[in-house]
Amino acid sequence: MNKIFEIPLYAYERSPDQDAPAPVRHPVVVIGAGPIGLAAAIDLAQDDVPVVVLDDNDKVSFGSRAICFAKRPLEILDRLGCGHEMVEKGVKWDVGKVFFDTRKVFEFNLLPEDGHEFPAFINLQQYYFEEYLVNRVRQLQDAGKPIEIRGQNRVEAIGTHDDHVKLEVATPEDSYTLEADWLIACDGAGSPTRRMLGLDFVGRVFEDNFLIADVVMEADFPTERWFWFDPPFNRGQSALLHKQPDGVWRIDLQLGWDIDKEEEKKPENVIPRLKAMLGEDVEFELEWVSIYTFQCRRMEKFRHGRVIFAGDAAHQVSPFGARGANSGVQDTDNLVWKLKLVIEGKAPETLLESYDTERIHGADENILNSTRSTDFITPKSEMSRILRDAVLDLAEEHDFARPLVNSGRLSVPCTYDGSPLNTADALEDGPARTRPGAPCPDAPLVDGFLLPKLAGKFTLLTIDADAPDHFEESGIEVTRLALSVKDDKSLALKQRYLGVAPSAVYLIRPDQHVAARRESWNENIFRTAVRRATGQE
Amino acid sequence: MADLILTPNIDGPDDFYADLLAAHEGLSKEESDALNARLILVLANHIGDRKALAQAITAAKAKD
Ligand SMILES: Cc1cc2nc3c(=O)[nH]c(=O)nc-3n(C[C@H](O)[C@H](O)[C@H](O)COP(=O)(O)OP(=O)(O)OC[C@H]3O[C@@H](n4cnc5c(N)ncnc54)[C@H](O)[C@@H]3O)c2cc1C
Repeated sequence: MNKIFEIPLYAYERSPDQDAPAPVRHPVVVIGAGPIGLAAAIDLAQDDVPVVVLDDNDKVSFGSRAICFAKRPLEILDRLGCGHEMVEKGVKWDVGKVFFDTRKVFEFNLLPEDGHEFPAFINLQQYYFEEYLVNRVRQLQDAGKPIEIRGQNRVEAIGTHDDHVKLEVATPEDSYTLEADWLIACDGAGSPTRRMLGLDFVGRVFEDNFLIADVVMEADFPTERWFWFDPPFNRGQSALLHKQPDGVWRIDLQLGWDIDKEEEKKPENVIPRLKAMLGEDVEFELEWVSIYTFQCRRMEKFRHGRVIFAGDAAHQVSPFGARGANSGVQDTDNLVWKLKLVIEGKAPETLLESYDTERIHGADENILNSTRSTDFITPKSEMSRILRDAVLDLAEEHDFARPLVNSGRLSVPCTYDGSPLNTADALEDGPARTRPGAPCPDAPLVDGFLLPKLAGKFTLLTIDADAPDHFEESGIEVTRLALSVKDDKSLALKQRYLGVAPSAVYLIRPDQHVAARRESWNENIFRTAVRRATGQE
Repeated sequence: MADLILTPNIDGPDDFYADLLAAHEGLSKEESDALNARLILVLANHIGDRKALAQAITAAKAKD
């Protein structure tokens, strides 16, 4: 049977643009049909903004790459119309075990909080993730939405102008020129767009390599995340075992710096390593092997005039913590509603500057977390190894040391504290987790969950408070969602949005982040908050 | 948050110091380093207060 990543999903087809007498101008062109480019395009097309996606390939990700997807991106995908498919196919897990040398040091449970529609994490191969996004694109096309993926369309040159971008695109037949009012570059870690525009990409390259193997096996390892520090089968290094759907297991083996990548990748070298880890008599088949040298870095700015970078093209982190694809999806979640308003002429172009501020804040948080994990997993000096080993030794016996063990802090969304779009918090003693800038936490309601009701538009969420059902401010429509703490018997809504306050009014952005909140409605204040949240103040 | 105590605070300083040395008795350099590291972590957790811990790190740094 062919694997899904071996089948062309968006084969090359000639586009009328290739035969047009003059370059055709599109409102938005996306480079790259990876997870981030597809998410951006779906988000735009859902709201009828015409978009063309160009990709130099015609298949989904080769091999699984990202496998661990967190709650927040799943919530975003739900807004994009394909979150539930992912959860149904994905493997849910809560338990992790940490080993040091030959001993199990401790076990943890993520203990996901109740009252959320989506699980804390699922494991799912990146090729499925992309396949479901492509399916969603097809569904939108069937519904007549303006979205196109052009396979084997490689962007070879980019010319930037004040109000548009010009692209040279190579296809198997010929090359053609295309124009875009806006270009979203989601062309991955090696971003040719970044290179063609001569832009920087600064940060730390870690001196380490990882052997990433996906193996298919019938084994009775439980559905847990197992992480080893300094195991006998990979002395002085680390290892990870994690389950994916279809009996596929992810194995990461740290290799160190001074290695011959081509040699290490050969099955005759990989298989003995895996046997030493899994046991001599475990039968397995190699699905995909790769050697990965990771880096932590980001562009200084993500927006350059009419060219906007998102995903790995803009920033890269080490794989510990599953922050690559997870954070890239949050980039486009942040970008697309702003771009839509700018295209519709409802917000000034300067609103896009807040994409830079907010997502650079996010990227820095991710880079900080993954750098710290890396420093724990791969101690950089003798003393840092001594301290690391001391933490692991103590963790076996004492609870207190367990929070210090860092085998990857799993991806959580960032709160845009200090964003220029926020209005100062005016809900006295309100819960910190729903302060302005924070992503809204989900809550169970009588008829489903809260988040789907907040999707894709400005919402005025009132909890036991009065307010108009609808208002318009400077072209921005705001619709009220009126709730009462009585709508949720579990009291999650009260705990997450009121705390000790008797009532609350929240202004919520289309990306489900809080823009403003206070105890009661005040027309002046909320109108100002809408203008501020759309870059008009 | 409490400030770090940098005035004499140990009851029976000679006894404490002897206990510390005794814990290292007969250990190799490697074992002693590991013991010191564990001890730092145990004590740091006991203090808990991040401000006091930061002051302790500063106080412990060599003067140049
Ligand atoms: C081993 C490994 C494990 C990982 N684990 C996780 C994890 O558990 N969780 C997680 O969230 N992330 C993980 N990641 C990171 C994740 O895979 C990336 O962050 C994610 O793929 C980034 O998506 P993207 O769309 O930005 O870029 P990509 O997926 O790299 O897509 C870029 C696309 O652009 C196209 N392209 C490039 N140049 C051109 C051009 N000139 N013209 C046209 N098209 C072009 C490419 O063909 C490609 O389709 C992992 C990565 C690796 C390698």
